[in-house]
Amino acid sequence: MAETLLFNALREAIDEEMARDPSVFVLGEDVGHYGGSYKVTKDLYKKYGELRVLDTPIAENSFTGMAVGAAMTGLRPIIEGMNMGFLLLAFNQIANNAGMLRYTSGGNYKIPMVIRGPGGVGRQLGAEHSQRLEAYFQGVPGLKLVACSTPYNAKGLLKAAIRDDNPILFFEHVLLYNLKENLPDEEYVLPLDKAELVRKGKDVTILTYSRMRHHVMAAVKTLEKEGYDPEVIDLISLKPLDFDTIGESIRKTHRVIIVEECMKSGGIGAELTASINDRLFDELDAPVLRLSSQDIPTPYNGTLENLTIVQPPQIVEAVQKMVALRV
Amino acid sequence: MMQERAIPTLPSIAPITREEGLRLYEDMVLGRFFEDKCAEMYYRGKMFGFVHLYNGQEAVSTGVIQSMRPGEDYVCSTYRDHVHALSVGVPARNVMAELFGKATGCSKGRGGSMHLFSAEHKLLGGYAFIGEGIPVALGAAFQSKYRREVMGDASADQVTAAFFGDGTTNNGQFFECLNMAALWSLPIIFVVENNKWAIGMAHERATSQPEIYKKASVFGMPGIEVDGMDVLAVRTVAQEAVARARAGEGPTLIECLTYRFRGHSLADPDELRSKTEKELWLARDPIKKLANYLIDKQLTDAEELKAIDHHIQEVIDDAVKFAQESPEPDASELYRFVFAEDE
Repeated sequence: MAETLLFNALREAIDEEMARDPSVFVLGEDVGHYGGSYKVTKDLYKKYGELRVLDTPIAENSFTGMAVGAAMTGLRPIIEGMNMGFLLLAFNQIANNAGMLRYTSGGNYKIPMVIRGPGGVGRQLGAEHSQRLEAYFQGVPGLKLVACSTPYNAKGLLKAAIRDDNPILFFEHVLLYNLKENLPDEEYVLPLDKAELVRKGKDVTILTYSRMRHHVMAAVKTLEKEGYDPEVIDLISLKPLDFDTIGESIRKTHRVIIVEECMKSGGIGAELTASINDRLFDELDAPVLRLSSQDIPTPYNGTLENLTIVQPPQIVEAVQKMVALRV
Repeated sequence: MMQERAIPTLPSIAPITREEGLRLYEDMVLGRFFEDKCAEMYYRGKMFGFVHLYNGQEAVSTGVIQSMRPGEDYVCSTYRDHVHALSVGVPARNVMAELFGKATGCSKGRGGSMHLFSAEHKLLGGYAFIGEGIPVALGAAFQSKYRREVMGDASADQVTAAFFGDGTTNNGQFFECLNMAALWSLPIIFVVENNKWAIGMAHERATSQPEIYKKASVFGMPGIEVDGMDVLAVRTVAQEAVARARAGEGPTLIECLTYRFRGHSLADPDELRSKTEKELWLARDPIKKLANYLIDKQLTDAEELKAIDHHIQEVIDDAVKFAQESPEPDASELYRFVFAEDE
């Protein structure tokens, strides 16, 4: 076991997969000499050369399309979005070509590529650098959406994403790169389509992902002292959703709180709520409750920024009310 | 009508054998007859959506693709993609069946006119939005270089051709990809089919520098203008560009001055192009030009060309019959191909 920071866990995943398969390469802004905006690819160009850790010009839509073309012809590109928000500039290539092209081509081509990078609300980064693109991209057919949240799952999931033959958007969070955890010495790969049961409980099912998992667990500490027993599930796969795990939990607790960092309108929680109502309505003892970010551009001011995203005390209060059925 | 650009001439054209000349002729006639049949089938309600025909531009597709190794080198197209698909060797049957939306189509009825694909023939696809195919083509070219230099595959000398129109050259992806192709010396040819019009937007009204080939120079890339109605001229510059790319000497931009004999699509009323302009270009029909050349040089005679026309008409008729008789995609397979696991 070695104590590993999350950004280094990601780096290990890329390093191991590049060593394992010569068709795997990294491209993006400042991934080479600079080592990546959060050092996820630090010094990899020294080991693998400049073509395999390719510093690109600042041309998001074009280098993303280039990765699609490389993937169609047999390589396995990993794109780093220096900040995931920048990939709004590559929306067309991600949606039309990475996402839809396999279907449109009638199965002529596969697009095995990973698009990864830092996103989410950080510390006063301003609206453009604080985006949760998962909400925008969830409507694109053909894409898989995965969000990591710990050094352990970051490494195992990224390795799986690199090996997968589909285009995968892999979400990291700017405020989680320095999380530490002891990782196994032996190789491991985690399934991309399985939610993670973080805490077993019986009172209420809390569905969350990415950084909000840690806000939820902070709230759980308080709730435990008060005698509450919530079940916490980290969705991991934001598309497709793991309804085996979600359903099993809801059949037990009959109550659901969703805690997410994306905005409420059209967010992951909106889709999740609708799907739960479609599939499990009869199991519910209370309406599904969504705790989401406010529907506003993330403000710069620290106090306003804190008001924009969900904080642990709101989660505590929501559980208290839900369990007392005062929803 | 805008002032017509002077037709560029080359100091000399690449020599051509009788067999090569007839192959070019046959390829162009295949494209022309196929498109004429599409118009007929569209108006008879057999095909749907937006259908963009290539009539008039055949010298570009044939001149470039027949200078490559069709089926081995990569070709990337646009929404006006039928004839590029035929030139790389996708059978007319499978292209026609795709336009009919049938399961036997080259995209299994999922793509349609603007989304023709064939991995077998290294057709990277038809791309319906302006400019989006260029980065994909760049990726295929990058892949060839990567395979050769990183994976040690000496046989990875494939060249990629990206076809697009004059309208696309005002789009960022065009400039971004020219930059990266030159920067990394990628084996790619950018082929501009300058047919003067982006639907109703005259080229001169859309760009500050209408001579597109000149835009290569700022990237340190060879930029060449060529008569896009003369297949032998296109072939001459394409052969040089292909050789340069294959030798690892980097990309070329070729601007082909051409014209579409029909509207932008079959839904376009085509009201803005003047009669004078259309007549001027119709008189420069690339197929007639090649036929005259081959006869002049005594490489063939009218009778032999007529026999080729007759044969191609049979190929087209067979393609229509095949498309008509082919099954619809299975409704139970609506979701098939969304993910890689669906073979």
